[in-house]
Amino acid sequence: MFGPLICKPGSSKSNKTGPWRTESRPKFLKKNCIACNMCVAACPESCISGQGKNTYEVDLAYCKGCGICAAVCPKKDIEMIKEEGAE
Amino acid sequence: MKELLEGSMAVAEIVRLCKPGVISAYPITPQTHIVEELAQIVADGRLNAQFVNVESEHSAASVVLGAVATGVRAYTATSSQGLFYMAEVLYNIAGMRLPVIMTTAARAISAPINIWNDHQDVVSLRDSGWIQFHAEDIQEAMDLHLIAYRLGEDRSIMLPVMVCMDGFILTHGMETVDMPSQEQVDKFLSPYKAPYKLDVENPLTLGPLVDPEYYMEARFALNKTQEEALALIPKLTAEFAKVFGRTYNGLVEGYQLKDAEKVIVAMGSVCGTIKEVIDELRAKGKKVGLLKVTSLRPFPVNAIYDALKNIPKLAVIDRALSLGSFAPLSAEVKAVFFGKPKQPKNISSFVVGLGGRDITKDSIKEIFRLMNGKDKQAEFIDLKPELLKESYE
Repeated sequence: MFGPLICKPGSSKSNKTGPWRTESRPKFLKKNCIACNMCVAACPESCISGQGKNTYEVDLAYCKGCGICAAVCPKKDIEMIKEEGAE
Repeated sequence: MKELLEGSMAVAEIVRLCKPGVISAYPITPQTHIVEELAQIVADGRLNAQFVNVESEHSAASVVLGAVATGVRAYTATSSQGLFYMAEVLYNIAGMRLPVIMTTAARAISAPINIWNDHQDVVSLRDSGWIQFHAEDIQEAMDLHLIAYRLGEDRSIMLPVMVCMDGFILTHGMETVDMPSQEQVDKFLSPYKAPYKLDVENPLTLGPLVDPEYYMEARFALNKTQEEALALIPKLTAEFAKVFGRTYNGLVEGYQLKDAEKVIVAMGSVCGTIKEVIDELRAKGKKVGLLKVTSLRPFPVNAIYDALKNIPKLAVIDRALSLGSFAPLSAEVKAVFFGKPKQPKNISSFVVGLGGRDITKDSIKEIFRLMNGKDKQAEFIDLKPELLKESYE
């Protein structure tokens, strides 16, 4: 009998880290975005994507709410807002 | 073909016949002769294998782990401190379900440093997930390697197997053995086919981090497979008998158990001495017998129960300790009978032959004699009280 032993490539996709978020989530304001791609490069979960100015989105199924994207945004166009249900 | 061989040479030769692709080992007494001979065999071109010289046992175990992970048959051997240095990797090999086959020349553990034979090294590794066989003589040690490869590499098992042979007594003793031909071995043992392996064309991860959602199932499956091995071992030994003409039970072996009133339970080379004593005592009309445990892991609970349920007096011989508790084999044999409808009236526990202290025929006779009295708990035989002191002032 075998149990969980091996995993195939791409297994991080099946591991949805969104539920780790406890306090806040990023909100993309889409006003002053210059499409510098800093948020995409900095995201430790690689869950931000976008093509051109003011199009960037976060995939909340994976976002852990770490706030790095908001911190690196040179135009302060991402803001961390309170997670629904957080006190 | 019948040959007079040293135990280590016999094992090296049988490993050659099993055709491992990778051998890696670090020398340690009393295992050294085995891997020295295998290095010579590879250097002479008698075996097409890679012999990987390493700087430690930890690395030797890691090399064979990696080799089997890529789908290659592998072999290593060690002893005592070397086995303990391997320990971390050994648990990984079992957990990753890689059928590495290893010979362990059973030896005492430091301190005090001692290179001679007992079972403390191998018995301490009983919870590692490895299947563990104990050989009584050189022929059995050879044959158990063949069975080990078949068993470990079976698709339903996929577990590493340790063949334990008593250091010096078997590794350095000479015995006439029946060396099988390559044709016989090939008939019994096909090339290793890994169900999954490390391959750059088809990437996968072996031994990944598993969180609490997955870990228990991996361990449950490993434990369950040990049970399944119990059912497979007798089938393999029956097949072995057809090819090689020697019959083993593979789990336990009874000697003069029918009508026996006093029976010793033991493992390893001491069983030869016990059989000799039994023959002498039987000639005088004493009803004595032996149950040899060949497979310590998986532990053959039902086979032991069936063999011993009607025996009035048992004595379990341990050549290792579980310091601060019952002697290990005795504890497990007692557990076999708890809550069962039939059980022996007495089960005594004796500790003998630690660090190479000779176990003579007199030692065994003493055990049979002591079985007349009250149950003994981890009673040391042949102890020298004059060497024990309360202080060094």
